[in-house]
Amino acid sequence: MTDLALILVSTILVNNFVLVKFLGLCPFMGVSRKLETATGMALATTFVLTLSSVTSYLADTYLLAPLGLEYLRTITFILVIAVVVQFTEMVVRKTSPLLYQVLGIFLPLITTNCAVLGVALLNVQTRHGFVESAVYGFGAAVGFSLVLILFAAMRERINAADVPAPFRGASIALVTAGLMSIAFMGFSGLVKG
Amino acid sequence: MRFEPRHSSPHLAPVGNVGRLMFAVVAALVPGTAAAAWFFGPGVLVNMAWCAATALAAEAAVLRLRQRPVRPALADGSALVTALLLGLALPPLAPWWLPVIGAAFAIVVAKHLYGGLGYNPFNPAMAGYALLLVSFPREMVAWLPPGDGGLDLSAVLHYSLAGTLPPGATLDALTQATPLDTLRTQIGLGRPVAEAMASRPDLFARVGGVGWVWINGLFLLGGLWLLWRRIAAWQIPAAMLGALGLLALVFWLLDPARHAPPLFHLFSGATMLGAFFIATDPVTASTTPRGRLVYGAGIGVLIYVIRTWGGYPDGVAFAVLLMNMAVPTIDHYTRPRVFGEEKGR
Repeated sequence: MTDLALILVSTILVNNFVLVKFLGLCPFMGVSRKLETATGMALATTFVLTLSSVTSYLADTYLLAPLGLEYLRTITFILVIAVVVQFTEMVVRKTSPLLYQVLGIFLPLITTNCAVLGVALLNVQTRHGFVESAVYGFGAAVGFSLVLILFAAMRERINAADVPAPFRGASIALVTAGLMSIAFMGFSGLVKG
Repeated sequence: MRFEPRHSSPHLAPVGNVGRLMFAVVAALVPGTAAAAWFFGPGVLVNMAWCAATALAAEAAVLRLRQRPVRPALADGSALVTALLLGLALPPLAPWWLPVIGAAFAIVVAKHLYGGLGYNPFNPAMAGYALLLVSFPREMVAWLPPGDGGLDLSAVLHYSLAGTLPPGATLDALTQATPLDTLRTQIGLGRPVAEAMASRPDLFARVGGVGWVWINGLFLLGGLWLLWRRIAAWQIPAAMLGALGLLALVFWLLDPARHAPPLFHLFSGATMLGAFFIATDPVTASTTPRGRLVYGAGIGVLIYVIRTWGGYPDGVAFAVLLMNMAVPTIDHYTRPRVFGEEKGR
């Protein structure tokens, strides 16, 4: 139980996928202009990331490992993630057309979110079991969602600021992300190892 | 309707401008700063001078580049307050480039890239401090022992400019960890708190660290004056100190051998400076009454978490920056009800 709690704290705060491991930066920069879209993206990513983390673990343990096909791991995970994303897209389209309209192009973008593939590969590397994989994927997604939503609210405010012309838009957003990253270094040491 | 005759006419509203506000803050900083200089020597003032000079120069340079009027921005004192807060947070014996890098980063990146005063989402002084802490950890944790370490102004200036100490003195012999840092190390080694504190009477007083109690107490005094003048919002320091004290009390009652007593947390490190002068920065703090409570409490909790389980000796700077990040979200969800608006809409 403590192990699982430590995995959660580690993935959300100490080893945050966006601000400490620098994974998943494309949606972090791309979908953070508005708080509403960021919230939708955060929910969709949380769902996909947890599900894909578990399914990749199952595919690796029960398909690739017994057949000795570990060298196909990366491509298999990409396929698994694509299927999970497609599934999510279908569910969102049927259940919430509004959310589908808001997320639009960004839903397929989850496929290329490197954090999703990163979580699946890191699960294998650190030899996580089934429950640990699920918690690791969920924690990574919560960490991603947390900073995405905070960042989106900050960007709405920065849009109204008198930023010098050369720094408007993406550059000030990247500066902000860098300062957030410095702030997150305060969590280092909370979880050993 | 009756009005209580509390003030006689004429009703002159106080002139509320940034300059007056900032100079009131500087005045409130004086007693605590004097105590810091008394206990840790002239290095404190040297750091503050370096920071102030760099901050004013950087502010003027950026405004010049942006072709904005320089004089009013320098005269309002906001860059000066940022510089003084950063200077107070730095270790009292530091090479000159430490305050210079910190102040330049605070003013140029954390403040002016966002458009200057009023737009910066992160507290500039704490952004500068955090940058220094993650970039130069060795220089940033070397504190002088209370009682100024026997260095006079010329020795401190020599070290600051040339990096040389008086003959016979070495940096390792002069400097030591702060009480917060020492206690954390001792707890990590498995020593009970009471024993660890009793074994170093040169470092630990009955409540906090030697000297630190005075510094924090006088910052508390200056801060209360700011509250009385209605310059700082009371919710932020109250919620921050309340959350920090309550959390420390709960863990201390659960296991007094492994957790420092609550008064130690309240009167050590940068607690009071942070509560009244740093967290209350009107630009980067939350602006709604409920939001201020959430913001202050968040800082208090994060300070305790980082001090107790984290890798850094003090958590004020990181806690303030982390809650700065959350301020737009907090404000978004704690907007006060507009008069006449029904609840639950």
